[in-house]
Amino acid sequence: MKGILKKISQINFGLLSPEDIRKMSVTKIVTPDTYDEDGYPIEAGLMDPRLGVIDPGLRCRSCGSKGGDCQGHFGHINLARPVIHVGFADTIHKILRSTCAKCGRVLLTESEIIDYKEKLESKLQNQESITTIIKEIYTVARRDKCPHCDEEKEEIKIDKPISIVEGNYKLTSSEVRERLERIQEQDYLFVGVNPEVAKPEWMILTVLPVPPVTVRPSITLETGERSEDDLTHKLVDILRINQRLKENMEAGAPQLIVEDLWELLQYHVTTYFDNEASGVPPARHRSGRPLKTLAQRLKGKEGRFRSNLSGKRVNFSARTVISPDPNISINEVGVPKMIATEVTVPVYVTKWNIEQMKEHIQTGPKEHPGANYVIRPDQRKIRVYDETKEAIIEKLEPGYIVERHLKDGDIVLFNRQPSLHRMSMMAHEVKVLPHKTFRLNLCVCPPYNADFDGDEMNMHVFQTEESRAEAKSLMRVQEHILSPRFGGPIIGGIHDHISGAYLLTRLGSVFKEEEVLQMLKKSNIPFPKRQKGDSWTGKEIFSLLLPESLNMVYKAEICRKCDECLRQECKNDAYVVIENGQLKTGAIDERAYGAFSGKILDSIVKDYGTDKAREFLDSATKLAISCIMKRGFTTSTADEEIPREAKDRIEELLSKAESRVEQLIDAFHNDELESLPGRSLRETLEMKIMQVLGEARDKSGEIAESYFGMDNHAVIMALTGARGSMLNLTQIAACVGQQSVRGGRIERGYSNRTLPHFREGELGAKASGFVHSSYKRGLDPLEFFFHAMGGREGLVDTAIRTAQSGYMQRRLVNALQDLSVQPDGTVMDNRGIVIQTKYGEDGVDPAKSDYGKVADIDRLIDEMRIKSKAGK
Amino acid sequence: MKKDILKHKLVPDHTILSKTEANKVLKQLNIHQEQLPKIKSDDPVVKEIGAKPDDILKITRKSHTAGKFVTYRLVLD
Repeated sequence: MKGILKKISQINFGLLSPEDIRKMSVTKIVTPDTYDEDGYPIEAGLMDPRLGVIDPGLRCRSCGSKGGDCQGHFGHINLARPVIHVGFADTIHKILRSTCAKCGRVLLTESEIIDYKEKLESKLQNQESITTIIKEIYTVARRDKCPHCDEEKEEIKIDKPISIVEGNYKLTSSEVRERLERIQEQDYLFVGVNPEVAKPEWMILTVLPVPPVTVRPSITLETGERSEDDLTHKLVDILRINQRLKENMEAGAPQLIVEDLWELLQYHVTTYFDNEASGVPPARHRSGRPLKTLAQRLKGKEGRFRSNLSGKRVNFSARTVISPDPNISINEVGVPKMIATEVTVPVYVTKWNIEQMKEHIQTGPKEHPGANYVIRPDQRKIRVYDETKEAIIEKLEPGYIVERHLKDGDIVLFNRQPSLHRMSMMAHEVKVLPHKTFRLNLCVCPPYNADFDGDEMNMHVFQTEESRAEAKSLMRVQEHILSPRFGGPIIGGIHDHISGAYLLTRLGSVFKEEEVLQMLKKSNIPFPKRQKGDSWTGKEIFSLLLPESLNMVYKAEICRKCDECLRQECKNDAYVVIENGQLKTGAIDERAYGAFSGKILDSIVKDYGTDKAREFLDSATKLAISCIMKRGFTTSTADEEIPREAKDRIEELLSKAESRVEQLIDAFHNDELESLPGRSLRETLEMKIMQVLGEARDKSGEIAESYFGMDNHAVIMALTGARGSMLNLTQIAACVGQQSVRGGRIERGYSNRTLPHFREGELGAKASGFVHSSYKRGLDPLEFFFHAMGGREGLVDTAIRTAQSGYMQRRLVNALQDLSVQPDGTVMDNRGIVIQTKYGEDGVDPAKSDYGKVADIDRLIDEMRIKSKAGK
Repeated sequence: MKKDILKHKLVPDHTILSKTEANKVLKQLNIHQEQLPKIKSDDPVVKEIGAKPDDILKITRKSHTAGKFVTYRLVLD
């Protein structure tokens, strides 16, 4: 059977007839036992040797092939009485309901028959689904009287899983089968049965196929005890009851006893197919665990489809917790030694590397750069043991494959779920490190969306040269600095990288030569030949990283968006000018090399290539870290402290706003308020109150802000874009502000009031969730409660949003996965249908574009201007 | 009162290609005409300009990314 490749062109579904089942069966199964005392399978038992072999070495009694090659053969059980197949109970009920019990015709009039026949045939001709028409027939054919023989039709109901009841009488399976047999072949199509592959009566089982032993292998425990598969257990039950039923029937037992046994047989066959059918108590193992029968093997997340066919476990992969390492390159990943000695890379032995491979084998499987397996040219895989390694080295020659340990410089795939975009799987270079976690550079956290609060990641080792080469040129981290989402960098500095760079390059930041030397050494930046003297500005140090021909101008994150830009004279040092690779003015912050917005990084990738960009990012982050360590950086609530006078001003401002709200409410009650266009009076009031309170909070924030300076570390973080925002700080220092639920002030709770502390219908600021305190001062109990309401809504929203957007993305990906851009720029699907005659209508690859545009003319002009000025 | 839909600002410019023009386009794109995007013959614009099944329409429309974009559609039964 090996080596035959065939392509499936069509799959036809049908029912197995009793004859089919007997024909494919190699033996009739009678004995409800498996093995005898000596451990040999019993003939005509459930482990009959003709059903196939599993143990290698034995030969199959049916096909003669060895264990492993024999795929197994079906047997059969003759059921003493027919039994309904659970999977078809619903269909049987529908068919019985729409056919006549006496003449067996469909309950459709002659004209309807002609009408539906035409409809069905045209659908079949076009290979379209007929389910909607069949459903319609099932409803039309629910008649009280047969249009063919005028027989009165009694209501047929289905009782939960498998009982079919006519009026008050429960039909036996034999009766059901008789009725189904009565249906004529010409009517099959109308009840949804394809006469070519099925007959309705085949939905009632008279013979039960017994799957081969390969489907239900038994396990031998260490104690020598045999443990049978759940399916085997179920088949034993079926055989036992079947045997008893047969004996009782032959002995002429009373009808009642026979019916009871019949019912029991039905139960066992039902649970054999589906042990989770509603209304049927699940069959249990002796330990009380429900049995895993046929349907359970396929169904659900742990079923055959979702866990074995759509998704599989793979070899040469590893998973562990991740932790940060600022000293490795963005291209690298730190792999624990333990993992490196387990997962391997296959290496073809040639005359050039044979000595090296011998060394690996000599090191053995336990020490690090060793080897675990050797594959001989005859494909035999030999495990390397310390005892056998000498012998293996003897025999090693070109043509062998050595599965050596992972070592520094190997390319691996690194992944974090959920894999939402292509940057969720990138190729890294291995760096074998001690301890037990994967180590990654902090700059690659944004694309993976990783943090270190216990996140785990997966690593896969490439097994072929082609895959390695492909990954190295397409999937390496440095090739993904620019995101195809918005045409800017997605990999870049975060948190302290930003604060550090700001501390380094801000106005008045000067370093002694000794400090400079230390920082440069730590960041792997070659010390410039040209001596600078004893004092360096931070800008001069940072300029060492920039390519010499770089010219650019941009506004930094710290830009306060003044009405009139002073450009080079900016007092915040937010106007960044780089002339011939020298940082002339401006401080380095998030807009320079931060993830998602780094302009300098963006320019370096686009103009100097990914290698340069990687070097820049590695050095710049290290420089920033060494600078922040030199200067010291810390934050606490003391950073949000404001003087007494500021607190008084905020207090005054807020009480003014609150009294303004009271005025508005009074105006509303006295009908003096004028409604805004398109709004009711109440809505107008609500909007005005929101506006007043919103302004009050912003103003209070501004007051607090005016006392914050750039010597404040929390403020540095907020303004440079390293972490946090000004809003966060003012909420801590000045006023938290209005809490909202469903986009408005809080109204829910008791009838017409939020809490029993207020009067009914009270509309004031305090009563609807305005938090007047600051986080630092502390919230009073009522404020705390409203804050919790608003906070809860936020949490619920994020939970719902992730679920919804996840499903939306799944549908979008399924719809777009087959589209591809052709060499000429057209977008086609897998059938060759043109979707767009030019990709994106402009043919631009967003990852290579300038933030989505072909080119940013203004920026280019600015650059030229700087360049020409610098040239002079 | 019937409006001229061709003058509506949301309706892009549709023109019927002659046989030679159509062949040129197909050759340029290196495709069969069945691979083109389709437009139904009962589409209001198709009826208005009187295109027949198997005609190829040239549609010139505004584009966010490219300013102006030309695409083609095959009229279908």
